[in-house]
Amino acid sequence: MSYATQKLAEEKVFKDPVHRYIHVRDQVIWDLINSREVQRLRRIKQLGTSYLVFHGAEHSRFNHSLGVYEIVRRISDDIFHGRPEWDESERLVVLCAALLHDLGHGPFSHSFEKVFSVDHEEFTREILLGDTEVNEILLKVSADFPKKVAEVIAKTYSNKQVVSLISSQIDADRMDYLQRDAYYTGVSYGHFDMERILRVMRPLDDQVVIKSSGMHAVEDYIMSRYQMYWQVYFHPVARSAEVILRKILQRAKELSKSGYKFEQPPTHFLAFFDRSFTLKEYLALDEGVLMTYFQLWMTERDPILSDLCDRFVNRRLFQYVDFDPGKDYKKLGELAQLFHSAGIDPEYYLIDDSTSDLPYDFYRPGEEEERLPIHLLMPSGDIKELSRLSQIVDAISGKRRTDYKLYFPAELLIDGKKKAIKQQILEMLREGGL
Amino acid sequence: MLQEHAKIVDFIATAEGVTGRKKLQKMIYIMKKMDMPFQEKYEFHIYGPYSEELTARVEELCDMGFLSEALEDKGSYVQYKYTVTEEGMEFRKVLGKSILDNPVTAEKLNAKSGRFLELTATLLYFDNLNRQERIDKLHVVKGKLNFTAEEIDEAFAFIEELSA
Repeated sequence: MSYATQKLAEEKVFKDPVHRYIHVRDQVIWDLINSREVQRLRRIKQLGTSYLVFHGAEHSRFNHSLGVYEIVRRISDDIFHGRPEWDESERLVVLCAALLHDLGHGPFSHSFEKVFSVDHEEFTREILLGDTEVNEILLKVSADFPKKVAEVIAKTYSNKQVVSLISSQIDADRMDYLQRDAYYTGVSYGHFDMERILRVMRPLDDQVVIKSSGMHAVEDYIMSRYQMYWQVYFHPVARSAEVILRKILQRAKELSKSGYKFEQPPTHFLAFFDRSFTLKEYLALDEGVLMTYFQLWMTERDPILSDLCDRFVNRRLFQYVDFDPGKDYKKLGELAQLFHSAGIDPEYYLIDDSTSDLPYDFYRPGEEEERLPIHLLMPSGDIKELSRLSQIVDAISGKRRTDYKLYFPAELLIDGKKKAIKQQILEMLREGGL
Repeated sequence: MLQEHAKIVDFIATAEGVTGRKKLQKMIYIMKKMDMPFQEKYEFHIYGPYSEELTARVEELCDMGFLSEALEDKGSYVQYKYTVTEEGMEFRKVLGKSILDNPVTAEKLNAKSGRFLELTATLLYFDNLNRQERIDKLHVVKGKLNFTAEEIDEAFAFIEELSA
C-alpha cells in the first residue's frame, strides 16, 4: 500500500467542542498533525488580542486547523463521495490543504506582519516547500505533492472546486472559525446550521454550489458572519490592544536601529529588524516568546517601550474616539502638534486605526470584481446568484461598512505637567472638536 | 497618520487618473513588487494578485471625497475612472511629500492596458519560479485569456525595464 492511501490501524479521534469529534484515518494526516510546524500552531492564538476582551478566546490556530480539516473531510468523504462531478483523486490534497492552510501564521500575526512587512501566506508556502518536517511528510506522498498543497492554499491550483472548499465566500475555513470563535468568545452570534449547508453543497463544473433549498441556512451563515465581524473581530478594545502591540514592536525596532543598549536584547527579533530572517528564525517565534519579551521590557530604561509593554501585559489599554478622516485630517495634524507640546510622542500615543468589512459581494459584469459569488442550484438545474433570490442578502450585498477610531492614553492627558495643553487636547478629543 | 491613504492619492494624482479597478489593483501590485512602500496585502484571485485592503482604501477615499469615481461606458462593458478631487489634492499637500521616487513608473504603468498589467502582475506573483515554470503556471491560472508568446515576452521585458 502506498503512503498516500495508508490507513491507521485504528481511527484516531479528537474531542472537539465545535464538531464534537474530529476523525483521522489517514497516516499522512496523522503524521502531519504530529509535525513540529503543526504543533507550533498550538502556541498561536486564533483571535490574537481578543482574549483581552472575551476572556474565553484563548483557543489556538491548531484547534481551528483541525476543525477546517474535519469539515473538508466530511464534505469529501460523505457529501461529495461518489458524485461524478467530484474527482476522488483530489481527496488527499484537499484534506492536507485544509489542515495546513494557516501554517504560516506567526505570533499575533496581524500586528507582526504590519510592522515587519511579512506575509504569513509566503511563510505557509515556505514551510510546505522548504526544509521542514511537513515538507518531508508531503514528499513521501509524491515529489510534486508539496507543490500541489501549496497551490491549493495559494488559490492557484488548477481544480477550482478544490480551491473553493478552502477559500471562497462559503468555505470550510469560515464555517469553522465563525462557530469556533463564537463558542470560545461566548457570544450568541456566529451560530448557523452548518449541517444543513453541508448536506446541500454540490460540486458542479469548476465550482461548489448550494442547492436552492438550503438558501435560508446560507442567509443565516452570512448574517452570522456580519455580526461576528462587528461584535467580535473588530471590537474597539481588542483593536486598542493591537495598536499597542504594533507600537511595542515598532519601538523595539526603532531603538535597535538607533543603537540603544537593551537590558534584555531583542535577540529573536534582530533578523526581522534588518529583514535578514530565515524560515527557522520565523518558526522559533510564538506568542510565548513575544509575551516573555514584553514582560522583560517592562523594566527597560526607555520610557516608551517599558510603558507600552506594561500597558499590554497589564491591560492598561488606550481610550478611543470616533473620527471622520475626510473632515478631521487637518485637526489630526494639530492634535499631533499639541501632543508634542505636551511632551507625549504622537508616533506612539496618538494612533488612527480603520477597519472595514464587506459582508457579501457578487460579480457584476464589467465591474471587474474579484469575488466568486455564492451560486444556488435550482431544481431546474439552472444556477442563480444568491442575492438575486435572497432579499436579506441583497440588502447587504456590496455594502462596505468602515469604522475609524483614534486611540490615545487618556490618563497621560489628565495628570502631570502642561495641564493647559492637555486640557486643550482633551477638549478636542472629547467635546466634539473632532 | 492616514499615510497609507495619502500614498494612494499621491499615486493616482501622479498617474493623472486611472481607468479600471483591475488596472489600479495591478498597478499598485507591480509598484509594490518594485519595492515601493505600499502596505496593502495581496492574494491571488480571479484576475491575478488582488488586494481587498486596496479596494477598501479606495472606497474610503471616495467616501472622504478625495477621489472621484466615474463610470465610463465602453460599449460592451463599463469601467470606473478614478481621479483625485480638489479636496484630495489638498489632502495630498497637507500629508507631505511624495513617496514615488520616479513618477515615470506610474506613467509607464498607466500607458499599458489592463490585460497587459494582469499578465505582468501574474508573472511577478510567481517570481519564485523560473521563467518556463512561470509561463506554464500562467497558462494554468489564466488559460482562458490565451496570452500569446509575444505578449509574454513583452511582459518579461517590461518587468526588466521597471526593475532596472
